[in-house]
Formats: sequence, C-alpha cells, structure tokens
Amino acid sequence: MPLAKRIIPCLDIKNGTTVKGINFVELRDAGDPVELAAAYSKQGADELTFLDITATHEGRKTFVQLVERIAAHINIPFTVGGGIHELRDVERLLVAGADKISINSAALRHPELITEIADHFGSQVCVVAIDAREDDNDWHCYLNGGRIPTAHKLFDWAHEAQERGAGEILFTSMNHDGVKQGYALSALRHLHEQLNIPIIASGGAGTKNHFVEAFEQGMADAALAASVFHFGEIPIPELKSYLCEQGIPIRKL
Amino acid sequence: MNIVILKYNAGNIRSVDHALRRLGVEATITDDHDLIRQADKVIFPGVGEAKYTIEYLRNHGLDKLLLELTNPVLGICLGMQLMCSHSEEGDADLLGIFDQKVKKFQSPSTDFKIPHMGWNTLTDTKSPLFEGISDNEFTYFVHSYYVPVCEHTIATTDYIHPFSAALHKDNYYATQFHPEKSAGVGERILKNFLAL
Repeated sequence: MPLAKRIIPCLDIKNGTTVKGINFVELRDAGDPVELAAAYSKQGADELTFLDITATHEGRKTFVQLVERIAAHINIPFTVGGGIHELRDVERLLVAGADKISINSAALRHPELITEIADHFGSQVCVVAIDAREDDNDWHCYLNGGRIPTAHKLFDWAHEAQERGAGEILFTSMNHDGVKQGYALSALRHLHEQLNIPIIASGGAGTKNHFVEAFEQGMADAALAASVFHFGEIPIPELKSYLCEQGIPIRKL
Repeated sequence: MNIVILKYNAGNIRSVDHALRRLGVEATITDDHDLIRQADKVIFPGVGEAKYTIEYLRNHGLDKLLLELTNPVLGICLGMQLMCSHSEEGDADLLGIFDQKVKKFQSPSTDFKIPHMGWNTLTDTKSPLFEGISDNEFTYFVHSYYVPVCEHTIATTDYIHPFSAALHKDNYYATQFHPEKSAGVGERILKNFLAL
C-alpha cells in the first residue's frame, strides 16, 4: 500500500466558533470547533484545516486560544490559516500547537515570508495556499480570499513558492469553488507534473466521484472540502469506503 | 510512573505532552540531567534540522547524557535520526546509538513528493512497541530523510523504497512516524512504550 491520499475537512472560524451551518452529526454544540474536529477525527479525517476569518484583533487572540484547545484534544495533524502577516504570527500559532500554518495573501505580498518560515521552522510547516481563477486559458492568483486580482500566474507562483521553501501547495480553483461540479483537474495535474512537493486540491467537491477524479486524474496528494462534509452530504466513512473500492490508497480505520 | 520529555530546541514537544495527557499521563518536560536519569521512561521528540539540533544537544551536555541512559528511551522523528551515527542533512555526525547513516530521499519522479508527508503503513513489526498493532496499520509521517532498513529495524514502511519506520537496540526505541499525531494507532504505540 503506497502513501495514502488524504481527506481534509476545512472549518471556517469566526471569533472562536465555526461559521458554516453544521448538521452532519449530533453535537452538543455544533459551533464548538473542538467538538466538531473530534467528530471528524473519529470519522476518519486524515488532517484538519482551520481557517480564521475573524477580522478583529480580539478575535485573533481568541483563535490562538482555540488552537491551544485543538492541540490538546485532537490526535491527528492540523493546519491553521488566516490572518498570518509575519513570522511572529506563525510562531504564535506553532507554539499554540498547530502542526502547519497556511499563508495566502501574505505570501503573495511578501514572498520572502515563505523562506523565513522554512528557515525557522522547516518547510514541512509551511503550506502556501493559492486562490486562482482561469480566464481566457490563463490562471491568475487572487488576494484577500479571491477579492483582489494580481499579476501572478498560478503555475509560475506555485513554482516560486516551492523554490522559496513551501512544504505543500493548497490550490483552490475559484472557478470550481462552491459549484460542486468537481475539482480543477487539468490545473491540478499540471501542478503535480511541475512540482516536487505535495498538492492539496480544493474547490469543487460535490460527489464522491469528484474525489476519485482529483486523485486519479488530478494526481492530487490530498483533497480538501467543507460543505459536503459539514452538511453531511458525503459522510467521510462512506467516502473512504468508496475510494477504497475504486482502488485509491486510503487510510482505513 | 515518572515520565520525562526531553526539553530542547525542537518543535512538537508540546504535542507529545498533549498526547500523553490524553492517555492520562502527566509528564515532566525538562533538560535537568538528574531528573532525566531518574525517569522511568524518557521521550526524545523532535521536529527540526539535524546539524543545528545536535549542536544544541552537545552545548547542553545532553548528547553524553542520552548515551549514558539505561532507562527506556523513545526517540520520535528527528529524535530517531539524531540517535543514528550520521545524517546527510547538514553532513552532521550524530549520537551513534544506532550505527546507521541517515539519507535524503531521492525522488525518481514528481509521483513521489518530498517530504514524505501523510499516512503510510507499518509492516514487519517485531517489538513489544507494536503489541496489538496489526500489519498495514497507518501512522503519520513527515520527513525528507530516512534510515535504511537494518539489523535494528523493528518496523518497515515503503516510500520510493522500504525504510526503517522504527528502530530498537537495548533500552533505545525510536519511530520515524509521529505516534502523537497518529490517532488511535499512535496512542496504542505510546501506551506500549509506557508499559515496557
């Protein structure tokens, strides 16, 4: 059995609580990220990602406290992102117990931050997240959660991020995100063939077969999704059984 | 039981502490030589860079101390690599508990990404450390360097080629994977170490 493909639920956090409606399992408090994370871990999630979408300074402090609670309770690796501007933010989150951090806009604005993180903490903690949209056969990277276009092109930027010391690339296709028609397979495959570091596919999952496509055609190392998990549309145990039947290497519980 | 987690300039020390707490075990995180010698069990975790870390250990006399210990020691990830004789990472001479050279993974194609990151299976397990763990159970790995399969190998994992997922010699045990991040399987392995 080769290295397993990873399934990663992503949780949006605002002021220390989960944002999107969650109804996949009976929880005492569906807004408590720790309880939700524990439920996902129990179901067989391979990793978790927590994205802080809080805008205020107070909320940021709450997030660090939350990371400490997650680290104390969860027995699988987790990545945190959102609101990371400088090395000090990274250090604060790693000290709180995060296994990896994910940077997006900060990396585009200050690419040297990738190298600083890799030099201080190792490449393995540094996930570079890229939001990109395809227009006229060209993929452009966007800032601030997809609100501000940049001159950076996806494949050039992903390669630069790798050369600067990124340990993984989390690629979200804005064309596919939220549409539930499948992942951006040809772009994923191109990234796979171009890069030596693992690639996490994000944006577009709607069916179990979309995950098979991401791994077989997109050659992704991991697949991240949010709503299909949160709303119970695709329970993780069912997804993993299906992937196994399709011959995808998966960690079974 | 008196469990010590060796405190030094490496990451993930708290992750190991958290994992032990989830098992109901209160560990002491310390670099105090006497406390480390007196411990029932010593855990030597690690995430970081070999050359820089071994220099820190030498500057604090922890290298000699680790060699003198007679209580069971568990090295994790970089901790395991530091217990070998040499690493290609920084061309560093290491502790030499296991007479093995740590090598960098050479990827034959972009199908094998470096680091080896994620869940992979344990095979050929032979040690009380893996009591109750069946072949092909998954544990979590993150590393770019590996220890070849050798006489001390007590578990094997395959990535590009087979390598040592765990080592054992005398009172020294070591895992390349992270039991503290390996869900129920990792908890069982930590429990087994505590029960040695």
